[in-house]
Amino acid sequence: MTERKFDLEEYGKRSLQFRKEIMLMLNKAGSGHSGGSLSCIDILNVLYYYEMRHRPKEPAWPGRDKFIMSKGHASPALYVTLAGCGYFSGGELDRFRKLGSILQGHVHVKVPGVEFSTGSLGQGLSVAHGAALGARLKRSGERIYCLLGDGEMQEGNVWEALMTAGNFGLDNLCAVLDYNKIQENGPVKEIKDLEPLKEKLENFKWHAIEIDGHDLLGIKCAFDEFRATGGRPTFIIANTVKGKGVSFMEGQSKWHGKAPSDDELEKALSELENMKV
Amino acid sequence: MDKKIAIRDGYGKALAELGKEDPNIIVVSADLEDANKILAFREAFPDRFYTYGIAEQDMIGAACGFSLEGFTVFANSFAVFMTNRAYDQIRMCVCYNNANVKLVGSHGGITVGPDGGSAQCLEDYAIMRALPNMKVISPCDALEAAKATRAISRSRGPVYMRTARPASEILTKESDPFTIGKANILREGKDAVIIGCGLILGEALSAADMLETSGISAMVVNMHTLKPVDEEAVINAARKTGAVVTVEEHQVNGGLGSAVCEVLSRKMPVPVEMVAVKDTFGESGEPEELLAKYALKDTDIAEAVRRAVGRRRPAG
Repeated sequence: MTERKFDLEEYGKRSLQFRKEIMLMLNKAGSGHSGGSLSCIDILNVLYYYEMRHRPKEPAWPGRDKFIMSKGHASPALYVTLAGCGYFSGGELDRFRKLGSILQGHVHVKVPGVEFSTGSLGQGLSVAHGAALGARLKRSGERIYCLLGDGEMQEGNVWEALMTAGNFGLDNLCAVLDYNKIQENGPVKEIKDLEPLKEKLENFKWHAIEIDGHDLLGIKCAFDEFRATGGRPTFIIANTVKGKGVSFMEGQSKWHGKAPSDDELEKALSELENMKV
Repeated sequence: MDKKIAIRDGYGKALAELGKEDPNIIVVSADLEDANKILAFREAFPDRFYTYGIAEQDMIGAACGFSLEGFTVFANSFAVFMTNRAYDQIRMCVCYNNANVKLVGSHGGITVGPDGGSAQCLEDYAIMRALPNMKVISPCDALEAAKATRAISRSRGPVYMRTARPASEILTKESDPFTIGKANILREGKDAVIIGCGLILGEALSAADMLETSGISAMVVNMHTLKPVDEEAVINAARKTGAVVTVEEHQVNGGLGSAVCEVLSRKMPVPVEMVAVKDTFGESGEPEELLAKYALKDTDIAEAVRRAVGRRRPAG
């Protein structure tokens, strides 16, 4: 995954497959976070299959780029991606949230390929900029990526981290916001609006890019732009749809922390089957 | 004991020396470099020193990021801000991830003095002790702090170490060993044992002197590591003396006294008296005045020993 090829159809098919696997594993688990997993899966698909330098058969490879999943509740999206890359067997996905499984409810380092355990919101970006500064100090050339949820942008720690990374000019750091506009109790805009977000980030000395977070080519281009940007960290505002791909989950806050029943699973899978790539 | 040195100075000096020996050490700070005594490190190794401004939560996360890159990280603030403000980050980023991060909180205890109750950290032992993977250390003088600094830099995983503001007596000897989790006996005795940590052990030794004049022989144990607590040392001292007094600049709930009782109640139940702050906040005042007002002086400790001895069951 060090050479950068991009076959749009292949990426589209993979996203579709990942969405099905997310639904299957959540149904099997009987609990978990559907909406925010479906909204960020296209980003993770491009991140792990196009953007990052990593070796699934050698998770501790010293030259690897690192990813911090700040929105740790969207673990299904990360787990299906890592299984897809070959970090562990896809069969393990059936054991998500079960006693004794490596696949903890929130992202956990015991899963091969996971760098850092998360689950308390608002903390990942600080870890990411610490790693980015460490990498800069080592002159290792590695890049650090961090995925945030829009709800956690309300945490003060995120803004401390934004201020720090901007001040240090960490151009080896790329944050991506899964901006699905819905948090547990309703629209982000109504609960505590983030806007005007791009301007805020630019004022915090970041290079901000706004994209459609389900446009796979657009995600790819944003990562290309990140790598071409010097002197500032990059923040990709990825506009997404909560529950993307499953009509009855789309834009619904009630699907934030809920898993599909057997009937709902069947409906979701049939919709995904018919989704255009 | 003639020369007094602050525990935080012992830490700062050792940290600067360690910086020379170990290029892998990173120091992070939240705008309290002088108070935390890390200026010497900053001067000598500017490329391995980072400040995050007044943002303890961000600093702790960043420290864990550095640890992901293989560095040994010393994070610094006042004990009160470090452990309270950044508690969730310490729980999640440091402990849940078992990150190789050493948290050093200066200005622990009531002897912070005139800054008052907001600045006097009296709950750090309790809340740090409750966290899995965390080791908790509270050296009693500058000499021991220097040894502890070296020891924690070598130990893998999270450590919290409390240092203190005022210049205080040197209670240990250059030749005393320092092993994490292994208590040191400061003074032998047979009638009661005083188990303490931090600079207040000076009061404990003074109490032992007082008691000796009235015919009570008190052992004094320096429990510099609160977690993992040295169970064997606690049990042996309790078995030998049959009466235990704990001494700490901390709330009575959850600190050293609790740690000692957790051992004794299971393995060697004997009378225990706890000298600690009794579930109240501190206030402004000079350290000596505060120790007196909050009943943490040598006279209070001696009184507690007499109570413990009085409660001891007669032999046979």
